[in-house]
Amino acid sequence: MSHSGLVESRTFCLPVKNIDTDQIIPGQFLTTTEREGLGKFCFYSWRYDEKGNDRSDNPLKAHDAANEQVLVAGSNFGCGSSREHAPWALLDFGFKAVISSQFADIFRSNSLKNGLLPVEVEDHVAQFLLDHPGHPVRIDIRSSTLSVEDLGEFEFPLDPFSAYCLTRGIDQLDFLLENDAEISRFEQA
Amino acid sequence: MSESSQPSTTLFEKVWQRHLVRNETAETPAILYIDLQLLHEVTSPQAFDELKRRGLKVRRPDRCLATIDHSTPTTPPDAGGVYHYHTPQAQAQVDMLHTNCAEQGIELHGWDSPHRGIVHVMGPEMGATQPGMTIVCGDSHTATHGAFGALAFGIGTTEVGHVLATQCLLQARPKTLGIRIEGKLQSGVTAKDVILHVIGQVGVGGGTGSVIEYFGSTIRSMDMESRMTVCNMSIECGARAGMIAPDEITFNYLRGRPLAPRGEDWAAAVEDWKTLKTDPGASYDRLVEIDATNIEPSVTWGTNPGMVIAINDAIPAGNDDASRDALDYMQFKGGTGLAGQPVDVVFIGSCTNSRMRDLREAAALMKNRKVAENTRVLIVPGSEATRKEAEAEGLNRIFVAAGAEWREPGCSMCLAMNGDSAEPGDLVVSTSNRNFKGRQGRGVRTILASPLTAAASAITGRVTNPLDLMEAGE
Repeated sequence: MSHSGLVESRTFCLPVKNIDTDQIIPGQFLTTTEREGLGKFCFYSWRYDEKGNDRSDNPLKAHDAANEQVLVAGSNFGCGSSREHAPWALLDFGFKAVISSQFADIFRSNSLKNGLLPVEVEDHVAQFLLDHPGHPVRIDIRSSTLSVEDLGEFEFPLDPFSAYCLTRGIDQLDFLLENDAEISRFEQA
Repeated sequence: MSESSQPSTTLFEKVWQRHLVRNETAETPAILYIDLQLLHEVTSPQAFDELKRRGLKVRRPDRCLATIDHSTPTTPPDAGGVYHYHTPQAQAQVDMLHTNCAEQGIELHGWDSPHRGIVHVMGPEMGATQPGMTIVCGDSHTATHGAFGALAFGIGTTEVGHVLATQCLLQARPKTLGIRIEGKLQSGVTAKDVILHVIGQVGVGGGTGSVIEYFGSTIRSMDMESRMTVCNMSIECGARAGMIAPDEITFNYLRGRPLAPRGEDWAAAVEDWKTLKTDPGASYDRLVEIDATNIEPSVTWGTNPGMVIAINDAIPAGNDDASRDALDYMQFKGGTGLAGQPVDVVFIGSCTNSRMRDLREAAALMKNRKVAENTRVLIVPGSEATRKEAEAEGLNRIFVAAGAEWREPGCSMCLAMNGDSAEPGDLVVSTSNRNFKGRQGRGVRTILASPLTAAASAITGRVTNPLDLMEAGE
């Protein structure tokens, strides 16, 4: 998929540490064989009660999908299972980026392959954003910078290959397939 | 090697180096060759679809091994031999794996296979898991296979597709984290208590970005099943992989297994495997030291696997938001004891603790005893091979006589996606690997524990230190 390279939006905050992939999409929804349409299961147990009715204490109730495309969450976001259903669900729910002071490895890898940007920032930046819900931010993939109004501009770690693939619409599998001859040589050695 | 100009390297670096098709550059990550991909029904359908969409074949079906475990029922088939799935979608997912594997020529262990089981139990049992290999699976507990000195890690579905199509992955080189564990374990303390204790020390995100190597006298004296329990939970402190250098215990476990090398190949393989260890003088990016002699039976009190205490300790007071939230969900009061809390369900199973050693330990404790009246006990062997061996030893009769349910192999209540789950509010003592909110069913409260602690709690109906029963009964 091709990414414009830029996300400009207000934030939506979930000030919770260690949000695991079972919270992002519970195991009961993993019998799907599709990758589309999983937004309705995103944070399901936080949004709905045991009977499937809206929860009055749903922390995502006030989420404005059109204007709040950047999720800000506590540290170690996406820990737990390898389910790629987690970024699929977050994207379908309407998020284009997640800001946290730490991401779990597999979640980060899965997100980058689907165009969901994991933006890792220092604690003080994460805390500022968590203290100011709805704050406008600007994420630029090409320069791997996050601009936070009233706070400043911060570089975030993004491997150049993922950035290149995202902004040029280059598929990582195509890149691997181009190395077929080298893979064959390795297999025969 | 004493005068060698080769720099000292770690076990991880040796395995990594052997599999580099192309080293990383400033612009591109390394291309890492994958020796074995394990497949199951949940994280593979979209990957096979992607290959189909592009008109690609699986590059090396001989380097794939598939099973059905996550969505499958653990109740026996009906009189007509038909298995009843929790939902039609679960069955469709399993059917799709059968179709995909048949089309691509991949070996799949379905209902009719004597090897079928949880992917991380079956691989080692078949001898598919071998030292020095790179092994991946769309499952975060793939680190289990690191117990054999393999570099094994969980990947997402897109990457499952990459490996199906090219047998390779694009990987940034991780950091190394050495965890030295020294000393003799106390009675009633097992590998599960060790790894829970380690996660409590390192923290739930403390291993992020790293591959762990576990070493030291405690690890050396463990059998393979215990080592698998340790490596299995590496992801619970954020590390994608955990490794243990192979030794005679490893080789003895593998010898004669269906997919292990045979004859002259065996001898050559063992010679090579003996070189897979961290050189003296090699260093890790970070080192953690653990004194195993102090470890007690350990349990979790909260909603992530890093919230660990010794079973007789008080639950932490909860001075931060995360602890307060966890105590609120668990309906526990900080400062009070966890031991003695009434238990609704006990689950003995999962890729962490469903092997023969685990079942034998639980059976020894439950023999000639009865499960508490208000406690439901599910015992789910990790594979068909384990089920048969346990039944040949009569372990199933001990469990059933005690009042426990002896079920068919599978992931079962570890992630509760096959219909095996507890009721809202239930307190479950579980030998699995995750105590996240709702993991074992909506509103279910999970305490992670060893098979011994789980078995003791099954008998008393309360969270129980296994030593209380072992001293009284044996």
